[in-house]
Order: sequence, then C-alpha cells, then structure tokens
Amino acid sequence: MPKWFTPAAILCGLMFVISPVLIARAPDESSMGMVYKIYYYHMPSAWMFLLAPLVCGVSSALFLARGRAEDDRRAWSAAELTVLFGALTLITGPLWARRAWGTWWVWDARLTSSLVGWMIGWAYLILRRYGGPGSDKLAAGVALFGAVNVPFIFISVNYWRTIHPPTTVVPKLPVDMGVPLWFCVFAFLLLFVLLMTMRLRLEEARTRLDALYVALDE
Amino acid sequence: MAAMRAACIAAVLLCGTAPHAFAAQPPAPQDEFKPVGNNPAPEQIPAAPLLIGAYIVVLGGLFAYVLSLSRRLGAVQQDVQRLEGELKRRGRG
Repeated sequence: MPKWFTPAAILCGLMFVISPVLIARAPDESSMGMVYKIYYYHMPSAWMFLLAPLVCGVSSALFLARGRAEDDRRAWSAAELTVLFGALTLITGPLWARRAWGTWWVWDARLTSSLVGWMIGWAYLILRRYGGPGSDKLAAGVALFGAVNVPFIFISVNYWRTIHPPTTVVPKLPVDMGVPLWFCVFAFLLLFVLLMTMRLRLEEARTRLDALYVALDE
Repeated sequence: MAAMRAACIAAVLLCGTAPHAFAAQPPAPQDEFKPVGNNPAPEQIPAAPLLIGAYIVVLGGLFAYVLSLSRRLGAVQQDVQRLEGELKRRGRG
C-alpha cells in the first residue's frame, strides 16, 4: 500500500467515529423531525454512488480507446464501489422515506434512475465474472451507459415532479445542519479513495497471480 | 377517414386520461430544510428505529465490505508469494 494509506485510514476512521457526535448535535428538521438525520449518511453515500460510475465510465472509455490494463482494473474497482454505495443509498433512502413520505418507495425519476444505475453496476460485475473472453470490452460498454445515467440521476429531481428533495436543499442548509453534512461528505470521499486504492491493489495482485501461473506453466 | 377516426379516438382518450395523469402526480417537493426550533415535529411513525437502522446498515455494510476486501487481498497476496517461491525453487533446480 502507498505511504499515505495508513494515516489516511486512521483519519477516515476518526471521522467516522466523530460524525455521529456532530449529527446528534445537529437540530431536528421542522417537518420530518429527527429521521431526516439519515440524510447525513444517505447523501454522502449517494454522492459516492454517483462518483463511482463516473470513474468506472471514464476508465472504461479510456480502456476502449487505449486498451491499457490499468484503466480496465480501475473501471472494475469502481464498478464494485458503485454496487456498494448504491446498496447503501437504496437501503437508507427508503428507511428515511417511510417516515418522511409515509411510503418506502415511489417510482419517480430519481429513485427509478438510481435503481437502474445500481443494476448497471451489477450488470458490469456479472459480465466480468461470467462473461468469458471479451467480457472486459463488453463490460466497458455497459459502464458507459452507467456513466451517462449519472447526470440524469442528479438533475432528475429538478426537472421531474417528485417528493424527493431537490438539489437546492444542500446550499440552503443552515450552518448547524451544513457542517455535519460536509464533514460526512469528506469522510465518505476519503473512504471512497481508500477503498478504490485497496480494490485496485487486489486487481493488481490478481494480474500478478495470473502472470505467475503462466510463468509456471511455461 | 380512418386516420380522422383514429385522431378523434386519440383526442378523446387523451382528454379522458390527462386529468388522471395530472392527479397522479406527487405533491411538490420540500425544497428547504429548517431547524425545528421550539415547535417539535409530530411523530406518527417512530423515527428512532429507522434512523438507527439506517446507520447500522451503512456502518455494517462498509465494515463488511472492508473485511471482504482485506480477506480477498490477503488470500491473493498469499498465493502470489507461494507461486513466487515455487518459481524461484524451479529456477534454482
């Protein structure tokens, strides 16, 4: 692992220990009460869920254009994080919605496109695992669709009618609600970088292992 | 004539379904979060289990993923070391 990994991991761990304290100190929201505090982990998870397919899509585009294995490894790593953060977002969202909206799920543009984005992440991973030879390029094509879906997910709440809060909520947050949120966003971003580094290391080790098996056969 | 009839049927269907489609639209979203202040919000569905559940899901999910990643990485690195050792032994032999 790189030299910065351990200090960054310690910092990230500390941020996750401190974050519940900051969240507990934030005031309740006037119409939703305290359940809105799911937002402090839901929204950073959702942002990482948008970042991961972008990394996967850009890396896949580079892989298709240049054919370099490191781009493919980065795309595969990001696809796994798409599924992870997508799962966290799609589970915490309904838990919040149950209390705030009175229903677990609505088929609006935001929730539906998020579910589609998550399934594209799964499609990528399933292709890589069971697709056989050539699946790397097929999966890269799928990843492009995943990346194109990201802006749609983001703006969907501003263009289509929904009960999901729009993107304008974040800049309007008062300081005592905004500070814990941005703290959590940075914690999740740091965690994303750490997980990407670990996952990339796993792919590099697998590549090395394959090369060793080939060398032993010869 | 047939096209005219089809257009009329389409217009009637549109007029008939449009109000229902608009009526099915969700209410306007909440575009601002305000602190509760002195007026505590009414609690119909208990919030605490949902809130605690959400945090357990996130932290538990992240922990499980880190654990799975560490195990996979450890196993592959162990295999790499084993094969490197084997390759060295064959090189000597």
